[in-house]
Amino acid sequence: MARVVVDVMLKPEILDPQGKAVHGAFGRLGFDGVADVRQGKRFEITLDGEATEEQVAEIRKAADTLLANPVIEDYTLHVEADQ
Amino acid sequence: MKIGVVTFPGSLDDVDARRAAAVAGAEAVALWHGDADLHGVDAVVLPGGFSYGDYLRAGAISRFAPVMETIIKKAGEGLPVLGICNGFQVLCESHLLPGALIKNHHRKFICKDQALRIENNRTAWTSDYDANHEITIVLKNQDGSFVADEPTLDRLEGEGLVVARYLDDNPNGSYRDIAGISNERGNVVGLMPHPEHCVETLTGPSTDGLGFFTSVLKAVVAS
Repeated sequence: MARVVVDVMLKPEILDPQGKAVHGAFGRLGFDGVADVRQGKRFEITLDGEATEEQVAEIRKAADTLLANPVIEDYTLHVEADQ
Repeated sequence: MKIGVVTFPGSLDDVDARRAAAVAGAEAVALWHGDADLHGVDAVVLPGGFSYGDYLRAGAISRFAPVMETIIKKAGEGLPVLGICNGFQVLCESHLLPGALIKNHHRKFICKDQALRIENNRTAWTSDYDANHEITIVLKNQDGSFVADEPTLDRLEGEGLVVARYLDDNPNGSYRDIAGISNERGNVVGLMPHPEHCVETLTGPSTDGLGFFTSVLKAVVAS
């Protein structure tokens, strides 16, 4: 079974309050030298069979309509090598 | 005159929205997210809450509910639709309204009485307000920060599609203090604060929210 991974990030111009909170915790915990933190989402999608071109195109459609909101987010998609 | 109020799994303010519709003089009709039939209603309210637990993004999963397919189609034909709070998020996710709503910039839940200015009283939901009418209604949200790219914000302002703007301090980081917007036709309105909680003095800071519901009664009669 193949796995497709979709990584979703807020667009750079959109404020990320969660990332800001994590960045604040870095400072409190003494992790120095960190300029910024942005938080995203990772979706690991396991297919029934092989990652055919058609199947990946379907997942891309799902990413466009459901997994990411193109108004505020960008995504990247890749097929993971067999385990 | 029937106003339908959709209940999604996780809706909180559907009962108050139905009550507000009744106080305004409409017949309130409960609509269910899994039922694509709108049961002959003349207008629809998408209420506040945390539909589908706000999983993925607020409103992202509700947007694909069977009832939304019908609402998206009918909104394109002129059906008045008001999305309040989570309902506003659903309307943005449905692309019936531009932009999106993200977490409050201060990351805390807000619950307060909020002053607003009604800047567009030409929509189906705001005609009972005077131009630049200042009202105070309840604001309570977690993902209330309205965001959009600069060209979209400029277009909203230029075409007079900003329905309501926060007065005094910006409570959630919304770009340009925007509290509510409408589509070009004025039948679809999204609003982050809660007019449905402000229709009776016993339970709200004012009755300033009633105008949204009386406005749509007139809009429906006029059409």
